[in-house]
Amino acid sequence: MTERSEDQADAFFHALADRTRRDIMRRVLAGQHSVSALAAKYDMSFAAVQKHVAVLEKAGLLTKLRSGREQLVSGDVQAVRSVASLLAELEQVWRGRIARIDELIASDPVRED
Amino acid sequence: MPVIDVQHDLDKLTLTLVADFAAPVERIWQVYADPRQLEKVWGPPTYPATVVDHDLRPGGRVNYFMTGPEGDKHAGYWIVTAVDEPTSFAFEDGFADLDFTPNRQLPVSQNVYTFTAHDGGTRATYVGAYESAEQLQQVLDMGVVEGASLAINQIDALIAA
Repeated sequence: MTERSEDQADAFFHALADRTRRDIMRRVLAGQHSVSALAAKYDMSFAAVQKHVAVLEKAGLLTKLRSGREQLVSGDVQAVRSVASLLAELEQVWRGRIARIDELIASDPVRED
Repeated sequence: MPVIDVQHDLDKLTLTLVADFAAPVERIWQVYADPRQLEKVWGPPTYPATVVDHDLRPGGRVNYFMTGPEGDKHAGYWIVTAVDEPTSFAFEDGFADLDFTPNRQLPVSQNVYTFTAHDGGTRATYVGAYESAEQLQQVLDMGVVEGASLAINQIDALIAA
């Protein structure tokens, strides 16, 4: 992997390593939302939601557009679907499987070596 | 944390994960050789897998479906291409109709899983390769990975670690 794609992967994982931010991504990939409309969906302050949006924006996962008093947020499908992020997403599926194998073997009766 | 290395090859569309398990090679092999264990680990809790056919021999088929929260079913198949018990096997992984007829319109990946003894446990290397970015995208748009975003939730702790 190149340095740049490593940095991208870091930003991507950091951005998505949070439940609220993943939820925001699901919403803004489905359609444009204003930050205030997003903020209304969560039990947290407008400022907190705005911070989450900023992290996602920094990772290149969404774009913000000012429209009058509102900031409109759209998921960047292209960014989300770049090969790097596709592999990152697939990695998550695999990590899930590996974690479950780990759990499964941890539940084995203790062996007598 | 069992995953020790990850490589994304953007040119070859290949994902490689290396994980260390605290169990002997034979025990990890069993996870794949036993359909009841395989289904425990293949799908995320929200999309549990049911393994219907399981023949882990060269040319053999493994057929499974995953059941979503709405009762929606997504079928997949493996065609086993090579087996060297208990240290490695290779298979083609694809989508299927609910009668397990492979759906050739949908992407297929070539996978090689290798298990070697390491520090009293097992080092597992998982390699999966797709033919094109479009295929990879399709995979993620489809069943396997409907679970993906859900699986992400489940492994928050891993990412954060």
